[in-house]
Amino acid sequence: MSENNWNLEPSLESVAQVQIKPQYELFINGKWQAPLAATYFATVNPADEKHLAHIAQANAADVDLAVKAARAAYDNVWSQLSGAARGKYLFRIARLMQEKARELAVLETLDGGKPIRESRDIDIPLACNHFFYYAGWADKLQEAFPGQQMEALGVAGQITPWNFPLLMLAWKVAPALACGNTVVLKPAETTSLTALKFAEICQEAGLPAGVVNIVTGYGDTGAALVAHPNVDKIAFTGSTAVGKQIQKACIGTPKKVTLELGGKSANIILEDAPMDQAVEGIINSIFFNQGHVCCAGSRLFVQESIAEQVIAKLKFRLQSIYVGNPLDKNTDIGAINSKKQLETIEEYLDIGLAEGAEIYQPDCTLPSPGFYCKPTIFTDVAQSARIAQEEIFGPVLTIQTFRTMEEVVQKANNSPYGLAAGVWTANGARIFGLSSQLQAGVVWANTYNKFDPASPFGGYKESGFGREGGRHGLSAYLQFKN
Amino acid sequence: MLGNLSTPELSSLLALSPSIDQIGTLERIARIQARSIKGAAKLQGLRMALSMIDLTTLEGKDTPSKVRQLCFKAQHLHDQAPDLPTVAAVCVFPTMVGVAKKALGNSGIKVASVSTAFPSGQAPFEVKKLDTLYALDNGADEIDMVISRGRFLAGDYQFVYDEIAAIKALCGTARLKVIFETGELDSLDQVRKISDLAIAAGADFIKTSTGKIQPAATFPVVHTMLCAIKDHYDKTGQMIGMKPAGGISSSKLALQHLLMVKEVLGEAWLTNEWYRFGASSLANDLLMQYQKQLTGKYQSATYFSID
Repeated sequence: MSENNWNLEPSLESVAQVQIKPQYELFINGKWQAPLAATYFATVNPADEKHLAHIAQANAADVDLAVKAARAAYDNVWSQLSGAARGKYLFRIARLMQEKARELAVLETLDGGKPIRESRDIDIPLACNHFFYYAGWADKLQEAFPGQQMEALGVAGQITPWNFPLLMLAWKVAPALACGNTVVLKPAETTSLTALKFAEICQEAGLPAGVVNIVTGYGDTGAALVAHPNVDKIAFTGSTAVGKQIQKACIGTPKKVTLELGGKSANIILEDAPMDQAVEGIINSIFFNQGHVCCAGSRLFVQESIAEQVIAKLKFRLQSIYVGNPLDKNTDIGAINSKKQLETIEEYLDIGLAEGAEIYQPDCTLPSPGFYCKPTIFTDVAQSARIAQEEIFGPVLTIQTFRTMEEVVQKANNSPYGLAAGVWTANGARIFGLSSQLQAGVVWANTYNKFDPASPFGGYKESGFGREGGRHGLSAYLQFKN
Repeated sequence: MLGNLSTPELSSLLALSPSIDQIGTLERIARIQARSIKGAAKLQGLRMALSMIDLTTLEGKDTPSKVRQLCFKAQHLHDQAPDLPTVAAVCVFPTMVGVAKKALGNSGIKVASVSTAFPSGQAPFEVKKLDTLYALDNGADEIDMVISRGRFLAGDYQFVYDEIAAIKALCGTARLKVIFETGELDSLDQVRKISDLAIAAGADFIKTSTGKIQPAATFPVVHTMLCAIKDHYDKTGQMIGMKPAGGISSSKLALQHLLMVKEVLGEAWLTNEWYRFGASSLANDLLMQYQKQLTGKYQSATYFSID
């Protein structure tokens, strides 16, 4: 038996082509500007807890400068350009991102902890594609909304999360610019580096000064942006708790708001599903990006008759999931984004055990130092359990079984969230039947976690409102005149 | 239960074959192909692949001399490289089994014979039986039979089942590999169904193709067959062997196939008792890569013997 052991060797992606500056300033009006209060915070690599860089911390006065720059750029330059001219800049940015794809991928992995396979094959190519896609719309807005008159909103304040840093930037910046808005963007504090690299790309593309401004910092920086009276639009992706604060802050103001918030999405496996592909779908739905995915299929519902088999297959499959150094090309699950998030996840693991659920984790050794969590499945989970109701945002799956369609629809919809859902069955009629009853902004059939710039994304209920991506994504950055 | 299933029993067995989603299958394979197999793992993989080869010659123009040369190569893959394994078996037509058996002597290398009117399977059952008996009488250790694809596609599952079970009964201690010729089957669902059928009928190995039809051992087909083997093992504890044949001509593909075996079935299958490559040109590419891995330099193809 021992001679059959065959283990892959680490295959590390080179970090040689990545230049990280010791200190980053704020990107305001096309220039790097030191924060007025001269305060900086550190960003670390979650895979080994090593220091990467110091990053400027913007306060309300810095945000004000950025908004003023964006306003001036909107009034004097960007709103005067034709759609074709805006599109030209967006195409240029997209191409530059493509040229620097490898560097961006490594940077994303270093700063955020996601496996290089994902940043290389998913995050960065998709981010580029969003710019290409919206570059194409810039001069075709009349075709997107035939018979309507429209104009840009003005200055868009955008706040992005740490799970897909550059991709979420692309989801927000590309449509905003295509529609003629200018932007002040606040990236998440643990993952600012690719946004700052994006600022360099804007410079290289010759984007007019002030069209894109990047203010780094913590939640108070974001709050200052939300509170700024000269911001016309707030687009936020992040937690439902913060989303609610933003919504409250915007009440009674003329600001338009789109929110893309949390989720506890149901992934439903019917007994006639293509079984092995469904198991792979479960893996992709919950262990993609360490489970740091707002639409992660964190609640698995398996039809009773196949539950035992599916769980056995899932446990076996977990044995060939590689957890470890995110720069290793063979790694499937990398580092948890931050110590804080790891603590949150571990707290939920304790809660799950206290709630009496049965835990399974594969036998694997985790690197140290660094923030790591084994892929985890909980069986025997009650609908009322906190681990089945609250968003964990980690590689933790809860499994429940069901007998009838009615039962699974009720349970799946019994959540304050409604971002996404998955349906696995070989029966086409059941796909349509179930997906029409599920309260979710996205329903995947026989697949999960598939994204495309042409496909709108957004939630029901407390998962937010507004759509990003596709033609729908344009309307979040336009006002119509009929 | 060998050969004992009635038509209703067979029908209910095949009704349990899960449907196969092609897109999901391709995604799973892409994940495996994205893995990086380097360094010592590569060297070990190349050696493993060499030891799993069924070195094959199945030409109308085969001569005893060619078969003898092939048998020598099977035992001396590349004597310039020390400590190489031998291949697992030599695979020939029934008429060449005697020659191969004698040439291989007590080397431990098996003689596999194709049978049942290989490659088309278009002969009456009596002829197929004689074909098989001839190979066995001449000392074949393994029988590579082809199924009646026409009957299978026509939905005559009982016929195909009975045929496999009858050949299995003739085999005695010889191991039976059942060739599906997946290039003639319509879909992955069919591949799954014939896998379940052949395993139920007593196949020791299931094998993709004859090598005479393209496409042959594609990743989706092999993945589907491995899943059938895994499900059978989970249900019964019985291991079934797998033999992809045709189309795997490079080391890179072979290593990816081995990784798929490891991830889908587990390391217990990473031995030539349970896994074979049916190939004629794969061996030399493995040898070239092996030498490259050892010496850091590629050597000219002319340094490796063709037979």
